[in-house]
Amino acid sequence: MEVQETILRVAITGNPNCGKTSVFNALTGLNQQVGNYAGTTVDKKTGVLVYNKSQRAKIIDLPGTYSIYPKSKDEEIAIDVIINPLSKEASDIILVVCDASNLKRNLLYYSQVSDLGKPVVLVLTMMDIAEKKGLDINLIVLSLLLGVKVVAVNPRNGKGIEKLKDTIFNTSRLTQNKLIDIYNLAPELIEEQRKRHPNFNDFQCFLEIYKTQREKLDGILADETIKRYAAIKVVLNESVTQREVKQSELSNNLDKILTHKIWGYVIFLFILFVIFESIFSVSKFPMLWIQQSFTWFGNYFAQHFPEGPLNDLLVHGVIAGLSGVIVFLPQIVSLFAFIAILEDTGYMSRVSFMMDKLMRRVGMNGKSVVPLISGVACAVPSIMATRSIENWKERIITIMVIPLMSCSARLPVYTLLISMIAPDKNIWGIFNVQGLILMGMYLIGFFSAITAAWVMKFVIQAKEKNYFILELPTYKAPRLKNILITLVEKSRTFIWEAGKVIVAVSVILWLAASFGPGKSFAKIEEKYSSEFYTKNFSSKEIVNFQKSEKLFASYAGHFGRLIEPAIKPLGFDWKIGIALFSSLAAREVFVGTMATIYNLGDESSSVNIRERMMEERDPVTLKPKYTLTVAFSLMLFYAFALQCMSTIATVYKETKTWKWATIQFIYTSSLAYIMSLVVYQLFK
Amino acid sequence: MQTLRDLKKGEYAIIQEISDNSLKLKLMEMGCIPGEVIRLSHIAPLGDPIAIDIQGYKLSLRLSEAGSIIIQKIVPEINKAPTR
Repeated sequence: MEVQETILRVAITGNPNCGKTSVFNALTGLNQQVGNYAGTTVDKKTGVLVYNKSQRAKIIDLPGTYSIYPKSKDEEIAIDVIINPLSKEASDIILVVCDASNLKRNLLYYSQVSDLGKPVVLVLTMMDIAEKKGLDINLIVLSLLLGVKVVAVNPRNGKGIEKLKDTIFNTSRLTQNKLIDIYNLAPELIEEQRKRHPNFNDFQCFLEIYKTQREKLDGILADETIKRYAAIKVVLNESVTQREVKQSELSNNLDKILTHKIWGYVIFLFILFVIFESIFSVSKFPMLWIQQSFTWFGNYFAQHFPEGPLNDLLVHGVIAGLSGVIVFLPQIVSLFAFIAILEDTGYMSRVSFMMDKLMRRVGMNGKSVVPLISGVACAVPSIMATRSIENWKERIITIMVIPLMSCSARLPVYTLLISMIAPDKNIWGIFNVQGLILMGMYLIGFFSAITAAWVMKFVIQAKEKNYFILELPTYKAPRLKNILITLVEKSRTFIWEAGKVIVAVSVILWLAASFGPGKSFAKIEEKYSSEFYTKNFSSKEIVNFQKSEKLFASYAGHFGRLIEPAIKPLGFDWKIGIALFSSLAAREVFVGTMATIYNLGDESSSVNIRERMMEERDPVTLKPKYTLTVAFSLMLFYAFALQCMSTIATVYKETKTWKWATIQFIYTSSLAYIMSLVVYQLFK
Repeated sequence: MQTLRDLKKGEYAIIQEISDNSLKLKLMEMGCIPGEVIRLSHIAPLGDPIAIDIQGYKLSLRLSEAGSIIIQKIVPEINKAPTR
């Protein structure tokens, strides 16, 4: 007999910082998927919970929300899933996660969700913190008063998770007591809506009024909130007792140091410094291993598979291109790890708190700091993270300047160029020279972002009043499981997304560099098969001559020389021109392209581009081509130019118009050109 | 009339009213309800924003928002910390 499988749809919702994601992770483990909500770039995290053979649930983790009346973009999306019955993600059961140590405010949102009439389970987290605060919560009384199933969980040790699973699959809707009388807040308006939506309950009608005639609820919403809080106070008086305890001052004392007038900033800078230094020193070894295994794999492949264009394409096109990028995975992972830890501990919101006044001076918001800092990992998720900024102008400015922050895709480019111009030495024993230059590049990115924001503050017109109202959560030890899951996800996306582009670009580039217009290639072969060459040069030398001449005559060579006049004032030759153009798709392609181009002119299939580029001489002067000035000019170009299709696409999706994406592309490209020009012309 | 701007670090107060209608709902949802006891717990290094203890958690806001929260100062009795 076939077992009928039922798939239950479950939504997890709750205030920010309430431990929602930990509950989600505990229920689904690594059985997760990250997608997007239709038409947006908002991360949609879903996972599958297998209960038994015939019962499983599809669980969706919604963005954190303080209230059913959304104030920011990500709250809007969460609320739409909760209240819109036509939403694709509409669920059968809603788990409202509440922080037990901060129950009153968390229950406000619970009471709103519960009033929608859908089956709800109340999940309490952070019971241990509540305990330390001396709060004794009587779960049975709380459950009776609210008319809902209450489950206390601790995702750290798995306590309560099994019970939560049982509750999800065996829940029957309890009374879900209404805490306030919605109808009497606006009887006429609700009656009016009822005519249009006969199936709606009072609160659904009320939300419909909010959606369509918000101005009519002016004052009523505040009244509703006050009444809800009053009712919650009664519920808590009955179900929670406060014991006399010595309040832990740890979080408070940490705040005294971490947000101190001087130490606060010193510690912040120190943390940034540690992050950048460790990106270089810690990642060095795994990067070496990756590089070695790619070289080995390339050689193995080249020897063991039949020679020919396909072999050539795979070894010199795909493998060389991929290795140039995957090698930077350790650095990117460590960067994301640091950011995830700082967010998870609650430190990031203190950074927002300390920086708000400075950020406001340049037209941004304290909440812009987190997106700006994560901008050093990748602009795409950072631009999405600006959704938490409620004010339109502050959000747009933040979006516009994020790509100036040095993202990890520039890291491969910087690393390569810095390693060519600076020694891998320490000064005063601790400061790695290369690390210092790298930090300098990050500072250039940061200060130009700040300056650009300051200019835009005067150019962009404000639409509404701005504010900064932010919860400072208590400090917590980072949750390793959450961080690991984030890292796995980010690395997967990086390899997959970057890999796709890089393989495609590598193949196109290989084609463009391996073929030339007309009979030019045949002519070169003819030339070198003449007696003059075969007599005076070894066959190896001839192959090398041929290869570099072929590159020059190829489609890519033609194109490179076509744009050379435009980039010559910056100190770039046609080879760099090819790399610049191909990195329009994504910056990290630069390294892969250089690898492909130089591999084409090289007999050995060594993947080590650094040495190849350092050997490169100017054909006329015979001096090294990559001088300090050229390398610096090139680094500056990469520091400013918006060479990232994903960013452009994200800005379009987030702002819903091409206007901002276009402006951003133009202003960053002009900046890049001018800065490189000035530096090269001054110091050449 | 006193607002949250007038509160000094460590002082307690009771919220009376929120005067700015555009911020009223947001502030109330975050727990700034008339009658609630608050304490000014931190001031950012540059003097703005500030952080208050409210309903057992910490909320930060700018001085401009604090100016719309009308309060009455109370003298703290040592053992009566703000309730949950």
